[in-house]
This record gives sequence, structure tokens and C-alpha cells, in this order.
Amino acid sequence: MANNVKGILLTGVGGQGTLLASEVLSEVLMLAGFDVKKSEIHGMSQRGGSVTSHVRWGEKVFSPLIPEGTADILFGFELLETYRSLSMLRKGGAVVVNDLKIAPGPVATGTETYPEDIPGKLKAQVDDVLLVDGMEKAHQAGNYRTVNTVLLGALSNRMEIAEELWHKALEAQVPEKFLQENLKAFALGRKAA
Amino acid sequence: MEKTILSGNEAIARGAYEAGVRVASAYPGTPSTEILENITQYKGIDSSWAPNEKVALEVAIGASFGGARSMATMKHVGLNVAADPLFTLSYIGVRGGLVLVVADDPEMHSSQDEQDSRNYAKFAKVPMLEPSDSDEARLFTRIAYEISEQFDTPVLLRSTTRLSHGKSIVNLDDPVTGLPEPSLKRDPSKLVMLPANARQRHPLVEKRIVDLEKWACDQTFNRVETGESKVGVITSGIAYQYAKEVFPDASVLKLGMVYPLPKQMIRDFAESVDKLYIIEELDPFIEEAVRAMGIEVIGKDLLPVCGELTPERIESALSGKPVDTDYKVKEELPGRPPMLCPGCGHRGLFHTLKQLGAFVTGDIGCYTLAALPPLGAMDSCVCMGAGFSNATGIAKVLPENERQKVVGVMGDSTFLHTGVNSLMDLVYNNSTATAVILDNSATGMTGRQDNPATGYTLKGGDAPAVDLENLCQALGVKHIRVIDPNDLDLTKKALQEMMALAEPSVVIARRVCMLERRGNAERTTPLFVLEDKCVGCRSCLKISCPAIEWREGAGEKGKGQAVVNALLCTGCKVCEQVCNFDAFGEIDGE
Ligand SMILES: Cc1ncc(C[n+]2csc(CCOP(=O)(O)OP(=O)(O)O)c2C)c(N)n1
Repeated sequence: MANNVKGILLTGVGGQGTLLASEVLSEVLMLAGFDVKKSEIHGMSQRGGSVTSHVRWGEKVFSPLIPEGTADILFGFELLETYRSLSMLRKGGAVVVNDLKIAPGPVATGTETYPEDIPGKLKAQVDDVLLVDGMEKAHQAGNYRTVNTVLLGALSNRMEIAEELWHKALEAQVPEKFLQENLKAFALGRKAA
Repeated sequence: MEKTILSGNEAIARGAYEAGVRVASAYPGTPSTEILENITQYKGIDSSWAPNEKVALEVAIGASFGGARSMATMKHVGLNVAADPLFTLSYIGVRGGLVLVVADDPEMHSSQDEQDSRNYAKFAKVPMLEPSDSDEARLFTRIAYEISEQFDTPVLLRSTTRLSHGKSIVNLDDPVTGLPEPSLKRDPSKLVMLPANARQRHPLVEKRIVDLEKWACDQTFNRVETGESKVGVITSGIAYQYAKEVFPDASVLKLGMVYPLPKQMIRDFAESVDKLYIIEELDPFIEEAVRAMGIEVIGKDLLPVCGELTPERIESALSGKPVDTDYKVKEELPGRPPMLCPGCGHRGLFHTLKQLGAFVTGDIGCYTLAALPPLGAMDSCVCMGAGFSNATGIAKVLPENERQKVVGVMGDSTFLHTGVNSLMDLVYNNSTATAVILDNSATGMTGRQDNPATGYTLKGGDAPAVDLENLCQALGVKHIRVIDPNDLDLTKKALQEMMALAEPSVVIARRVCMLERRGNAERTTPLFVLEDKCVGCRSCLKISCPAIEWREGAGEKGKGQAVVNALLCTGCKVCEQVCNFDAFGEIDGE
């Protein structure tokens, strides 16, 4: 399979806004001059189900889907969903994950239990795990809705892309009146690692 | 040319704009919905939601008769509904170019089946193009209009979930100019499909396919990419992208038109390679045609017919070895099924139906989620509009004591899609079944679109809203109750009364969708659980509300207690009504 292509798998829960984050990510990669493809599922899964989004880039990208076991970064918005997709990561890849638990239906109704200590389990297998306190930093940025931008800031540490391109991508994707708090959130996230 | 990144659906909308489309009509359906939602940004296009796919296609056909380029879009199962006009349109052909976009859903991410729409192209004898990325989605849309007018035929453009909802880079082009202005033009021998006229048209249809097949051999949308090895791959659509990953050195015949197939091109290609693979999603559509030409291929003997392809699924199917990954999760993880939103009116209705022991012939919409545990309150779901007619049918054969339990359920959008006909039959043939319309003033499941009962058009303009009570009355329903499904007592009383009647009856459960963006959805103060009152009986967990969580070991006796997530709670109070211990309070109250 084509080796010079890189991939990030975003995982989260429907309603968390992973879609917008993957938009910013694709935008920044396009601005950096890469061929970019992304793929995700809308529809049924948006009612609080698991969501994933594949983003791939390189000189020339064919498949929009990341083959299992080859993702360079697993970028998680929720712990269980990140852990669920661990087999997508390649050896030596990084995990950037929001330190947040959202109970799925079967856990909320008490028929199943939320797995213990997911950060510990991730760290037991993967060397590079960046755990981000997204909620806390979003509050610092002035709006809890900027969590995803905090996470993008943290992710940016694991990618070689100039900071100003990230700012440009945010400008392109975020409505004007929320831009300042999002830029602040991004900076806070970027400092997290 | 300006470069941007677009989804397949956005690119099809762009292609329609570039092709000079004037009229676009659709009924929502994942993964096709965003095509029309994006077309609204192009001022010159009259875009609208139709009540169903058949109507959408017929609107597009009318526009074509007027001499304008037109488009209808739908999901794969929508094409079943629109099949009737499509087959006759194949005989009629077009005046202004007409393209029908059909989006398939291999893997059934959001669908009830994974039918392969390519079969419709062959069945209806119309050409079908299949793009493999967003830029092709834009370009092929343009080309489809040229083909449509050059060969006097409707053209199918097939997408799949991975194309429609995938994004890739697109080179924008300028819109075409110089298209003729629409006008009235009578042409009865072409437009009036009486048997005598249709007999004249049918041979033209057959000739058209032969002509197209030859013509397609010289078109750039069908191309050979010569590789280094003697392995050959024939593929199309998104499967092309996967084939390029799995066979980087092979020669590839990439088909942009999947019907009719360029036979001579295929023969020449097959001769140039030693071993030939056909990589396609779902049915062996290309494969069967190629085999029928007497060419040996490797295809669905190894590759799966069910589900979508991925590069690793292709690799492991061909090698016989499962994918091995470096990291694995060994423990069993709790699933995360989708759930009805907090505050959704469907919850109270289905909770009550379950209490009453109703046999629910359901339908397709957000409310189909009520079939999942712990609500588990739907007993069948076939296709849009079937909820009421299935109820009529089953009630015909049941003994009297069971007959009264039958309740057909569907949403407002589904009712207006094809449910009206089903209710008409229920009334006409005097069924004892009760019909429930879940009126949330939205086509919710597909992302909250408007429909003829919401009072708004696709572009957000005002429209007369269908009066559902009057409509039911006009159909002859004598017993109609309108209730708020969040009021459980009222809901129960109304359902009991209507179910007991030996005559057709309708319950309209009215509560605006929580995703409503115009601020009409009611949100009140969140509730909380009074720790001294909650005995841990778990009754409130049975309503399947995302805002209620179970805390293991909480409470005085350590039996566990419910807690409310105040960020999610909308204050609908359905939980308060199912609690026998007055354990829910309002945050601002006490
Ligand atoms: C023939 C057909 N067209 C479209 C769809 C996609 N679809 C599934 S549910 C739905 C609409 C449901 O709306 P409504 O009945 O009002 O229920 P709600 O989701 O709002 O509860 C649509 C359009 C489909 N499954 N079948």
C-alpha cells in the first residue's frame, strides 16, 4: 500500500462536533499543499452513537479510508470511543485524546459497565499518549464549546504544520464572532504537550 | 481553476450549477440529502423538497419537458419509489437534460437494505455514470447532462456513502453558457406514452444502448492506466480507490460509465493482461457482464457481496488471511447504539404503547430507534409508508381479542411520503387498527429537513402547512385524538380509547422535534434526582433517556440510584411521570 500517505482517525460520540474538527484538519492539510481525503458517516449514528472520521493526506491519496492498523494518529474526543478504535493505530503511532467519559446507553441504564482506567490501558500499549483536559482548557478559553479547538491545538503538536496555517484554517471554518475564543482555545491546547 | 475541498454531495451540487441546472427536486435520504441542501446556495436553481422520490423525479421530468436541465436526487431505496416514472421516462427521453442522482449505502450505515442501484440502469435501459472522488462527482454531473441531451435519455449518476460523505479536492470550473431558454413545445408522439407511441419508442431505446456502448469506448471517463505488471483490474467508483491501494503495480481499466459497458475496450484490456480481477462493491454487476463475454475473471468468487469494501477487506479476501494489527483491544466493550434525543416526544408515546401491550407495526424514522432496548416497543418495520398498511393487513387475520392490539405508527414526513395512501386503505376497508402519526414537524432522521406539514420550504420560505387533522378527516377518519406525547396520562387514555374502537382511528402525537432550529422546541428547567427519595427501582431507565444515568452503589442502601445529566436534560418530565416515588425535582423548585 502507498507508504507516503499519512492518516488520522478521529473518534467520538455523535453530537460532539467531530465533523467540524475534521473539516478544520482537512482544510489545514489542503493549505499545506497536500492531496487530502476524508470520510465519515452521517445519519443514524448522529443520535449519540459512535462516530469516526478518517483523514488521509500525502502527495496523492487514493482510498479515503485508513486501512486498519496503519493510522499515524488516533485522535479521540471521548475515552471509550478512542479505546474501541485502538486497532486502527500503527506501531509507533500517537494517541491524542480528550480526558472525557460519556456513558453509552447500555452503561447509563446499568446493564453494562464503563471500562476502568482507559488512559492507563492506552498507555500500557502505546508509548505516545497525550491526554488532554479539553473541558478545563475550553473553560479557560471562555467557552466550553471550544473543546474541539483545544483538542486540535494539542493534536497540532504531533503534526509538522506551521501554526499560522492552523490559524488560517480556523478562520476559514469558524464563524467570525467565535474566532477569538477559538484561537485562544487552540493556543491553550497547543501548550498542553 | 480555483481549488477547494468538497464532499461528493457538495461536488454534485456544484456540478449541477456548472451544468446550468434550473430545477432540482428531492426527498431526503442518507447519504443523498446534502446534495439539495447545498444546491440552495446557487441562486439560479429552483430547488425544493418533494413529499417523496416519485414526485421529485416527476417534477424534474416536467422541467425537462419545458426545455430546462433538471435534477432529482434520492437514496437507493428512494429509487424503488421513483422507479415507475423512471422506466417510462427511459422511452420518452428528455428535452432539457435530466439527471437522477442515486446514492447507495453499502454496509447499511443508515439504511434498511443495501441494494445495488446499478441494476436499475440495466433494468430501465438508461446510462449510469459512477464517479470515484469529489472532482469526478462534479465533472461527471456536467458530462451526464451532455450525454442526456446528446442521446435523448435520462442519465443515472450513482454515488455511495463513501463518495457522498467523503471529501476530496475539487477544481471548480465555470458554468456552461448558451443553453436554450425554456419554452412550451408540444411533441405528443414523444411525450404521450400511449401504447402506439411507446411501441415506436422502444426500438429507439434499444438502439440508444448499442450506440452508447460503442461511443463509451472512446470517452475519457473510461480509461486504462497501464501498470508494470501483467495483472489487470477492472473497477469503478470508490472501489477504484481501494483497488489502487491494493494493486499499485497493476494495469487498471477504470470505468466511469458502468452501464452500458464499453465491451470492445474491455476485450482489448482483458487481452493485454494475464490475470484479471474485477473489484466492485455489492453485486457482481460488471463481473457478470464480463463473464458473459467469455472472459475469465477473479471477482465475487473471493470478494464479499455483502457490505462495503475497504482496502484491507479486499486484501484479506484475496489472500485468505485476516488483517493483523499491532494493537488490539482484548476486552468486550459496551456498545454505543444511537438513542432518541432527550426531550424527544417519541419516547413518551412508545413507553405508553409498550405499557398497553400494543403490537406496533412501525415505520422508518427516528422513532425506529424505539425498537431497541430498553424501550423495545416496535414489532415491525418494512419501508416508508408500510406502518399503516401492515397494520391493516395483520388486523384482517387476527382473532378479535388480538386485533385490538394492532397499532400502526409513522412520523409526519413518512405519513406525507406514502403513508396517506396506507391510511386511505385502512379507512376505505374499515380496519380496526389504530394509526398513530408522530407529528414532530420535521423529517428528523435525515437531519431535520422541512416537509409539507412544517410550514417551510427547503429554502426556508413560508409554505402552507398541511393540516393533518383535516387531511385525516377528509380521508374519512371519524375518530381523531391530538395529544402531547410527553403527557403520559393523556397519551395512555387516548390510545386506550382509540385501540378499543372497532373502527378506523387516528392519534396525532404532536411535539416539536428537539433538533428544530427555529426555537420552537420547548426546553424547560432540567430536573434532578432527590437522593432521599430515589429507591433505585430503575423504572426511569426503561424510557431510554440519554440524560439519565445509573450510579452503581449510590443511595443509602447502596442499591444504586439514577442521576440526571443537567447538561443534557431538557426538562420534558417524562421520567418524573414514570417515577412512583416522586424522586425527580426541578432544579429551581424546592
Ligand atoms: C423511500 C425512502 N426514502 C427516504 C428514506 C430515508 N428516511 C428514513 S426516515 C426518513 C424520514 C423520517 O421522518 P419522519 O417520518 O417525520 O420521522 P422522524 O425521523 O422525524 O421521527 C427518511 C427520509 C427511506 N428510508 N426510504
